[in-house]
Amino acid sequence: MLGLRAALSDRLLPVLVGAMSFLAALAIGGALACATLAASWQGDTAAALTIQVPQPTEPDAANDGTRLAAVQRALAINPNVRGAAVMGEAEMNRLISPWLGSDAAGLGLTLPAVVTAQWAGAGGTAALAAQLQAVSPGTLVKTGLFWAERVAALTTSLQACALAVLMVVALVAAAVVAVATRSGLAQLRETIETVHGLGALDSDIAGRFAARAIWLALGGALGGTLLALPVLAWLAWLATPFTGPARFSDFFNLPPALLALVPLLPASAALIGWVTAQLTVRGWLRHLP
Amino acid sequence: MQFAANKYPARLAGVRLVAALETYGGSSLMVRFDDVWLRYRHADRAPEAEALRRISFEIEDGGFRWLTGPSGAGKTSLLKLIYLAEHPARGRIEILGSRAARINRREAALLRRRIGVVYQDFRLLPQLDAYDNVALPMRLARRSEAQVEADVTEILRWVGLFHRMRARPDELSGGEQQRIAIARAVVARPKLLVADEPTGNLDDEQAERLMLLITALNKLGTTVIVATHNAGLVERYPFPRLSLEHGRLVHDG
Repeated sequence: MLGLRAALSDRLLPVLVGAMSFLAALAIGGALACATLAASWQGDTAAALTIQVPQPTEPDAANDGTRLAAVQRALAINPNVRGAAVMGEAEMNRLISPWLGSDAAGLGLTLPAVVTAQWAGAGGTAALAAQLQAVSPGTLVKTGLFWAERVAALTTSLQACALAVLMVVALVAAAVVAVATRSGLAQLRETIETVHGLGALDSDIAGRFAARAIWLALGGALGGTLLALPVLAWLAWLATPFTGPARFSDFFNLPPALLALVPLLPASAALIGWVTAQLTVRGWLRHLP
Repeated sequence: MQFAANKYPARLAGVRLVAALETYGGSSLMVRFDDVWLRYRHADRAPEAEALRRISFEIEDGGFRWLTGPSGAGKTSLLKLIYLAEHPARGRIEILGSRAARINRREAALLRRRIGVVYQDFRLLPQLDAYDNVALPMRLARRSEAQVEADVTEILRWVGLFHRMRARPDELSGGEQQRIAIARAVVARPKLLVADEPTGNLDDEQAERLMLLITALNKLGTTVIVATHNAGLVERYPFPRLSLEHGRLVHDG
């Protein structure tokens, strides 16, 4: 009735909304990837327990064997400690070689023994540290909690960035629809004034624009989202070494959360298109009596 | 041109009776102006231009008024106030029993549907053909397509343009566009018909045919206000006259 096909172009608006949807899909994918990787890393890191036993071959506090043996005994009977193992000489050399060179043993230094384990306790490790101090003074207990907290903070920060990107994308999409709608209103000014004069309700006119904006935004967003899917699949495939062994079959095996959220993009774009067009047209119509 | 006397008036009468019972509550005034002033605001902050001053008149249900006066006297401005395209700066306006200042946007739109307007510049929608232009008021009123088809084809026959129903406005002559504009104004059977220079683009024969059409509508109960420069027409159809000069009403009767 209003001739909106000519006024609200079916080229520019869908292309711009499509580009916004593409970016939004990537932002959602990024946020979910951060969350997945962080969850994986946090689980491993927070539970990691490293115990340094200085002068491991010296007698322990009770003079009942070596300090290292005393620590190992204490760890073995603690129900919250699992998988305690003394780090081998080769592994130790690999770890300290960046600082002391490849032949650390040749330097004549007395290196502490390192015991690695997994902490399964709910609380902190202060009691364990005190227990080990008692049998082997100077023994240090470190957990991965410190790094886990930093990983969590980094993840939260990245997810906030992704959310900010989504909001900016939504605002840009709304601005694109608003500009296109205002352009359409300017083109159809006389027609709208005539229809208004014939008794069209504001809701009639705004509804026409909003219906057109819905379809254009929906079409553009569908296109943008479909284009983003292979890119997301590729990125997910690149990330598989961090979350598990990479297989070619993983290429199309996107995370369920991503598959649940991405289809919401076209619906969100359509909603943004409808609301923006309604508000823009109703605001413009206020200038008419 | 032959008016479908058996069909159209019967339906019109039914609609009119219901509308009258619903809206007017016994009032017989279709238009009432009481000390109305109109000023146009300028975007460039220039002083407001006073288009109408101290306008007071009444038009009863089923009445006919010519609106005459020289160019710039305020005829179009007065008509705009009647079809709610302008707000008065001062004064009180009642249209079809509703006080213009007290109705909201929705009510104003619904009221406009009951006022048929023939604009000086026709204002046909260029993207629609003649049929769809005429059907517009009925579709806005959400009438059924069957009713739209029946009434639009009937009114197109009435104005002698049934055979041109699929022509777009740019394919029609000025006179044909004028007749389509008139058909659009009357197709929804308005209670009030406002026409701004409806014969301006018509030759004498067409103007005469148009007047026959408008007076036929008037006889069916539609209140009519016609702004015109055509003194001959006013003489041939001696209805009461409102005359404007410099924005003032100088003659009523």
